[in-house]
Amino acid sequence: MKKMMTATAMVALMAGAATAQDVKIGILLGFTGPLESITPSMALGAELAIKEVNDSGKFALGTVTAVRSDSTCVDAAAATAAAERLVTSDKVAAIMGADCSGVTGAVLQNVARPNGVGMISPSATSPALSTAEDDGLFFRTAPSDARQGVVMTNVIMDRGFKTVALTYTNNDYGKGLADSFQAAFEAAGGKVTISVPHEDGKADYSAEVASLASAGGEVLVVAGYTDQGGKGIIQASLDSGAFDSFVLPDGMVGQQIATDLGASLNTSFGQYPGTDSKGAEVFQGLATAAGFDGTSAFAPESYDAAALIMMAMAAAGSTASRDWSTKVMDLANAPGEPILPGELGKALDLIAAGTDIDYVGATAVELIGAGESAGNYREVEFKDGEIVTVRFR
Amino acid sequence: MDILNALTAFLNFVFIPATAYGAQLALGALGVTLIYGILRFSNFAHGDTMALGTTVVILMTWGLQAAGIGLGPLPTALIALPFGIAVMAGVVLATDRMVYRFYRRKRAAPTILVIVSLGVMFVMNGITRFIIGVEDQVFADGARFVLTARQFRDLTGLDEGLAIRTTQVITLVTAVVVVGWLFWFLTRTRTGKSMRAFSDNEDLALLSGINPERVVAVTWIIAAALATIAGVLYGLDKSFKPFTYFQLLLPIFAAAIVGGLGSPLGAIAGGFVIAFSEVMVTYAWKKVVTYLLPESLAPEGLVQLMGTDYKFAVSFAILILVLLFLPTGLFKGKSV
Repeated sequence: MKKMMTATAMVALMAGAATAQDVKIGILLGFTGPLESITPSMALGAELAIKEVNDSGKFALGTVTAVRSDSTCVDAAAATAAAERLVTSDKVAAIMGADCSGVTGAVLQNVARPNGVGMISPSATSPALSTAEDDGLFFRTAPSDARQGVVMTNVIMDRGFKTVALTYTNNDYGKGLADSFQAAFEAAGGKVTISVPHEDGKADYSAEVASLASAGGEVLVVAGYTDQGGKGIIQASLDSGAFDSFVLPDGMVGQQIATDLGASLNTSFGQYPGTDSKGAEVFQGLATAAGFDGTSAFAPESYDAAALIMMAMAAAGSTASRDWSTKVMDLANAPGEPILPGELGKALDLIAAGTDIDYVGATAVELIGAGESAGNYREVEFKDGEIVTVRFR
Repeated sequence: MDILNALTAFLNFVFIPATAYGAQLALGALGVTLIYGILRFSNFAHGDTMALGTTVVILMTWGLQAAGIGLGPLPTALIALPFGIAVMAGVVLATDRMVYRFYRRKRAAPTILVIVSLGVMFVMNGITRFIIGVEDQVFADGARFVLTARQFRDLTGLDEGLAIRTTQVITLVTAVVVVGWLFWFLTRTRTGKSMRAFSDNEDLALLSGINPERVVAVTWIIAAALATIAGVLYGLDKSFKPFTYFQLLLPIFAAAIVGGLGSPLGAIAGGFVIAFSEVMVTYAWKKVVTYLLPESLAPEGLVQLMGTDYKFAVSFAILILVLLFLPTGLFKGKSV
């Protein structure tokens, strides 16, 4: 019996050694659905980090490969099935994803926790995820919208607007952001005249715009998606003369909408996660060299999420989620040697030497609370189809 | 003055958008109802036929724009439209030849044909995305507005603006022309009459020497034309995105059923019923009421019957009511 146990253990070890040559990281993003125009840059961001680690040749656990999978952003059942496939058939050691808050929560509860696989989301921002049961397996390099609500309030108040109309996409993300914003805005003495949900992908938004216009407000806050109802609402508001200025939070800031609407967005503004840290600049250089747009929303967060996963694996010396997930907070936060994008090879050297590192990355990562980014925001304005950064908050 | 302001607000935010949307739904519902009346199944591929037809028109429009050909204040897409219709007529005829004819010869039950059309829908869905991608495409050019809200305010001195878009006017004019032509065709021409005969009683029509394949082919061509026109008008008025066109299927079917499946007049009425109910029942009347009532009675709240979240509930409640009390729809369509 003892012999057999030893043999089994040896076989298991050998099997472990064999698979260690190939470390798979699932990239679970909505390649179709409401975020389909920003997810390609996000995936490229994550794959950039993976390529960098592989090219450094210092990742002792093997070669990292990315397996892309489609979360659809909105369909929890489809996202769960996609994640299940990543875990059971592709045997990924970690998931970089998911993207939208609703599917991220579903994947966390239905796949990540039952299978004990760690996940780092670059873009799920619902405040509800801060308190979700996660067995220590879930992190996000995106800040909670509770923080964005406060930042957006400051952005609006600083421009002298006191009454706003509010519309949000009717899902976890939109509702979470709208609620946290309304609470923050009213606490600061502002007035939300009406809060109207809108469904995505619908044919017509006349009813929503009519109600928003009737309630009135100096600006319209559109907590939606750039590819979806959010754009429909803005277009219909502009056409009917209901509102001239819009506040666009993270899900709405995208080059496509800026190009499509052009000069008619000139009095609009917004904010999305971003920093003026040196890391952001370095990352944009790397992204441009790799042939994609590094300023695209959540692309830097995706790079950081993937990088953190691999750093944590290296620090733990293991690809098992229960091992590496315990290292994430240490690596992301001070103290330690600061690590910028493009320095992943150096970071791996330091980790191997036992030196503590502070992963700063492309978004000045600082994980707080239950493992979410503290949140730096880029305040932007629109100028004839260009997105212009005004300041950082 | 206040009455005029109230009227303007109502026209601008309720009447004009709902009319344009209603016309778009009506054109879509006409295609669905025609297929249902003559080929006897609910064509789920209609939304994606619209998307594919619009795709063809968009590609052609880009070509024309690159060649510097335009219509001045009117969108270039109108030149490309006949070409798009021709291509789509070819596509649906080929689909019919390859897919539907087999089931028609076997005299398959309508439910089977519905599922077949679902398959066609997925294929067209994929082809559209393969050709033009999943992103939003804006292809409207020319003058965007006949009258902007600001111009109207300056012109009349009212507080409320009234905006009329070029595309809304084009939508209405086109819808009226197309519907007028369709009714003339169905009631006055030999082919139209044979189509109605085929719809009323297939066996009798066959006995009286009507060529079924010809009726089917003409029906498909008209349906393709209606789908392409509806799709292009919708895309010009809002924007083109394959996913939205797929979603359009729901209100289009609601419109066709409310009006009475198989009844062209019903499809038009149904389109407007759905569009107006979506906007009117959920409209916050605060602005209008504030203008109409003396200041002391001005409402604090929004004067909203129900939140806009319920707008689909409203159209489907109407659908259920109609089916309960008038099972064949407002205009005596077929009931299955």
